[in-house]
Amino acid sequence: MSGLSVRDLRVVFDGFVAVDGVDLDVPRGDVRFIIGPNGAGKTTMVDAITGLARATGRVTWGDHDLLGRKVHRIARLGVGRTFQTATVFEELTVLQNLDIAAGWSRGPLTLLRKRKAVPAEVENAMETVRLSAVRDRLAGTLAHGQKQWLEIGMLLVQNAELFLLDEPVAGMSHDERDATGELLGRLSENHTVVVIEHDMDFLRRFARTVTVMHAGRKLAEGSVAEVQANPKVQEVYLGHAVQEA
Amino acid sequence: MRLLRKPVTGFAIGAVLLFGVAPLALGDFRLDLLAKYLCFAIVAVGIGLAWGRGGMLTLGQGFFFGLGGYAMAMHLKLADAGPGQMPDFMLLYGQLDELPWWWRPFANPLFALSATVLLPMFTALLLGLLIFRRKVRGAYFAILSQALCAAFAILLIGQQGTTGGTNGLTNIQGFFGYDLNDPVNRRTVYFIVAAALLAVLALTWQLMRSRYGELLVAVRDGEERVRFLGYDPANVKLVAYVAAAGMAGLAGALFVPAVGIVSPAMIGVVPSIEFVIGVAVGGRASLLGPALGAIAVAWAKTALSERVPSAWTYFEGLLFILPIVFLPGGLASLAGTIRRRSRPSAVVETPAPAKVEVTT
Ligand SMILES: Nc1ncnc2c1ncn2[C@@H]1O[C@H](COP(=O)(O)OP(=O)(O)OP(=O)(O)O)[C@@H](O)[C@H]1O
Ligand SMILES: [Mg+2]
Repeated sequence: MSGLSVRDLRVVFDGFVAVDGVDLDVPRGDVRFIIGPNGAGKTTMVDAITGLARATGRVTWGDHDLLGRKVHRIARLGVGRTFQTATVFEELTVLQNLDIAAGWSRGPLTLLRKRKAVPAEVENAMETVRLSAVRDRLAGTLAHGQKQWLEIGMLLVQNAELFLLDEPVAGMSHDERDATGELLGRLSENHTVVVIEHDMDFLRRFARTVTVMHAGRKLAEGSVAEVQANPKVQEVYLGHAVQEA
Repeated sequence: MRLLRKPVTGFAIGAVLLFGVAPLALGDFRLDLLAKYLCFAIVAVGIGLAWGRGGMLTLGQGFFFGLGGYAMAMHLKLADAGPGQMPDFMLLYGQLDELPWWWRPFANPLFALSATVLLPMFTALLLGLLIFRRKVRGAYFAILSQALCAAFAILLIGQQGTTGGTNGLTNIQGFFGYDLNDPVNRRTVYFIVAAALLAVLALTWQLMRSRYGELLVAVRDGEERVRFLGYDPANVKLVAYVAAAGMAGLAGALFVPAVGIVSPAMIGVVPSIEFVIGVAVGGRASLLGPALGAIAVAWAKTALSERVPSAWTYFEGLLFILPIVFLPGGLASLAGTIRRRSRPSAVVETPAPAKVEVTT
């Protein structure tokens, strides 16, 4: 099938099984939320998909097998991700960050010259993530939420088709959350989006489908309503703070 | 246009200082010394690129400096000896009946001249491929660089019959037909060195302001992060490393006619560290900082060791530690602070290192 397909994914750290045989299918165009208590293995699964963590099993994106490929090769196949703590190039400006993200396919001649004009896709992405006004600010001086947006903007210009967003609204204000939710809606028009999130309110408003993970395994999957009604999910979340950020 | 004017003005001032003021103000002896310092400055510009912008602590640039220096010195020794003859030291040691095979191509001036730059660059390319693909970095990279130049110096010392051993290649008389004992010709050598420094600065300036330059800073601050943008950081680092090696080689080549000698003592661990000290003092991430720092430190070394020879070593240690502890951006960051105060809207031009950790 086209889209993201994960089969029997296992990630083991020194004997500790962080992801224990997960199957996951995210069709193209879906907005899939992945939830689960701390330590459930959500981030580790994204690490495995993007080549950061060694894993066994099978992961395909479209026609491409991802496991065993190098991180930058996976990125070139249109698989992009953000990080739980936003990682941008703090000593470079917003514009420079985006321009770099847009550039892996540039030839040496373009690289060795100074940027003359702002590429259209960079301009558009800055508009989309609402950072046009701060384009010449160093990324390190941005507010926390703006850094998260900058990372999403980087995925846009990178031409990623699959967005793996690790807790994109953690630490954001209410207004910033709303803006991010809207942004996700627009992204989903022509991208496949996977969001790891703890915030149930955010999930209810913006998720199309939900996968629940617990202790390295997939616990449940379905629409928001289905998952919320699932007794196993309620049990796992009983002892845990569902709303924690 | 305003952006364009500023660096052009800077280069014009530099050219006037190097080509007008210095030759008029300095006597022959001091000008010879300045030529030597400018060679160090050329190495420093490369270190500024690789270390300041690329985060690779190149503690072994003496190796590439030495490759360039020996390539040039071998040619000049052969030229001094005359066609078909062996250099004086080989005759003196008397172990060889004929020129070793690897000396022969250096009789050709074109081969030797291109080798001074291309040999270091090619070596750096091979080394870099090995080192960066294996993700060797940080202190390990620095130690490896050091080991490399130490090994090179030991190799040269061990092969006395063909390399001149500890003495090195000395007593170089001519430079492409010109007698180096003549102060007029030494002045010309000074001008060549000065021109080379300006050319290297211009090249580095272009690299730093280009998209590549921005990417290099990104790799320095978040090597793991750029992978997720589709880049292989190994290739990005390789370009800066190879460029810096080429500059060190060029500097070594010019050092030989400027000073008249190249020896293992000038390319080993200690001089390699001294290169880096100048860069740290001047400001590693800026364009001019490394060059000015290298000149200043070399000048201080001469001045101090003329008066109190024993004090230099301690002073040098201080020079290394002080900027790293109190002024990581070097003297250039002071200038930047002052400029920013007087011109509040200024964009930061010399991004100083900061780490982006990819932790999950
Ligand atoms: N590099 C590593 N080495 C060893 N153990 C690790 C490593 N990375 C993650 N783990 C462990 O794997 C488990 C899953 O971690 P992971 O970060 O994937 O959880 P998560 O679902 O993203 O949790 P959170 O909601 O807190 O972000 C945790 O117990 C964690 O301690
Ligand atoms: Mg996580």
